Amino acid sequence: MVLDNLQSLSFFYPELILICAILLVVLSDITFKSLRNVLNPLLTLASLLLAIFFSIQIDHAPAGSLFQGMLALDSFAAFFKLFLLLAAILVVLGSLHSEELLQVHQGEFLALLLAVTLGMILMANSINLAMLYLSLELVSLTSYIMVGYLKGDRLSNEASLKYILFGAISTGSMLYGFSLIYGMTGSLSLYTIRDIFLNQGVQGFDQFTILLVLILTLAGFGFKTAAVPFHFWCPDVYAGAPTPVTAFLSVAPKTAGFAILMRFFFSSMTHPSGDQWGLVSGINWPLVLIGISVLTMTLGNIAALTQNNLKRMLAYSSIAHAGYILMGSVVLTGTGLKSTLIYMFVYLFMNLGAFLVVAIIYNSDRTFELDGYNGMFKRAPFLAFSMGVFMLSLTGIPPFAGFLGKLYIFAAVIDKGLFWFAVVGTLNAAVAAFYYMRVIKAMVLEDGSGNTAPVPISFLNQALLVALLIPNILLVVFWNPIDRWTASSVNLFSGL
Amino acid sequence: MITLQHYLLVSAALFSLGILGVLTRKNAVNVLMGIELILNSANLNLVAFSRFSSKGIDGQMFAIFVIVVAAAEVAVALAIVLTMYRMLKTVNLDQADVLKQ
Repeated sequence: MVLDNLQSLSFFYPELILICAILLVVLSDITFKSLRNVLNPLLTLASLLLAIFFSIQIDHAPAGSLFQGMLALDSFAAFFKLFLLLAAILVVLGSLHSEELLQVHQGEFLALLLAVTLGMILMANSINLAMLYLSLELVSLTSYIMVGYLKGDRLSNEASLKYILFGAISTGSMLYGFSLIYGMTGSLSLYTIRDIFLNQGVQGFDQFTILLVLILTLAGFGFKTAAVPFHFWCPDVYAGAPTPVTAFLSVAPKTAGFAILMRFFFSSMTHPSGDQWGLVSGINWPLVLIGISVLTMTLGNIAALTQNNLKRMLAYSSIAHAGYILMGSVVLTGTGLKSTLIYMFVYLFMNLGAFLVVAIIYNSDRTFELDGYNGMFKRAPFLAFSMGVFMLSLTGIPPFAGFLGKLYIFAAVIDKGLFWFAVVGTLNAAVAAFYYMRVIKAMVLEDGSGNTAPVPISFLNQALLVALLIPNILLVVFWNPIDRWTASSVNLFSGL
Repeated sequence: MITLQHYLLVSAALFSLGILGVLTRKNAVNVLMGIELILNSANLNLVAFSRFSSKGIDGQMFAIFVIVVAAAEVAVALAIVLTMYRMLKTVNLDQADVLKQ
């Protein structure tokens, strides 16, 4: 089903709402000077909730493409729409009581966050190279500004400088790759590209050019997902950015990056056959991605071992998690795709939770160092307990949600017969346990440095902590709805 | 007679020079110029492919969007570089090293 511009509008409500909300937040920020600190967050949250409502409403529409083949309308897109809107809501709530952001004016921050969310949704849906590049740049440009949001803060400024330089080079290389794809096929639509690859066979093209295009394109996607060897910006940017922004970057643009990576490779370089996808002959991109995945996991986990700054440690841990998510997308089966969606879903709750605890402790102690966490269990038992749950969940220890994600991923990989790959993943999880346990050890076993004042937690942050703890604890027991939801979300629109 | 190959050679040269500039320059503004070279090499490719194929003007349309995005990107980058200059009184990238460990 190909819809023209006017017909598409009725399936475009969530995005339209976000566009209006961006303008409204900017307007209310300059109009209502006394009310804006209350009005802006309310406006942002209301628009995000409204967008979620409309995303659910159009969830059951038949698969097709919007705006004459620019955006996909399918269950895969619907999943990411809901996922990214949910992530945005959680980050808005978490940013309201952040001391780092309170020093500066917050109005534009919410507008930028809405703009990034809009960009990510478009990114996860785009099936045209031009649309893909534009939405990716919308996400990138706004996140550069968000990282450098603390004007006058040297760390924040340096982080944004490094982010924009790495980002511009990666997306530039990706664009060069796109231009070569356009040259080979004469089309920007992913499905036409696939058909041309299928009909003419890849033998018609130079193998070297195909490999070059793969590497160039992966530079862009690898940058967004922070996969090795495109990860160098990640620790510095995560350490320098305001904590709510770091939390956001580690979850939302990363998953949007995976969405577009899967969308790009599955749509343009595979053809669907039943529950599986067949490779377009001669382009063995899963092999390249397997290599990247192994490298990403191993390097991320090993580098995280020696970090004493919690934000840097979580940055390397998020690199490692990118490796796990990649595992599921290279097996080319419905189960594999489903496992990545489940992993991302649980990763949202555990990682945002960990960053929320880091932000709360920074609010009271002004430290990101691991030493500052010594004796935290005595000062703030609930906070330490939550951090413990998030850390165990990130490790993948059974009673918590992270285990569910790893279980699905490893099952999908073993199902495909890649046993050694699953073994590498498991070994990595064992290495990761070491640095996650270090945090728990510091909080429970070490003695604090004399500071015994309890850590103040605002009511909002407490409620948010509980809201993030619940899925971490209960998802393993009530995995059935998630299983069904993700199983119905792997139907990628496969062209006309 | 100028053929497609000539355009591709020029764009490949531009791309390589851009990467080289980005990797070797210490001055933030020079690095940004390298990034512009990379983006424009892709533009040249797109327009040339579009001109020499008979499949419509998608490539030229894409190139126009890329020009706009490049302008926005440089605006953001220059703002960040300016903030750096206000704090450090220099735009030398070697001075941006507080986050290293």
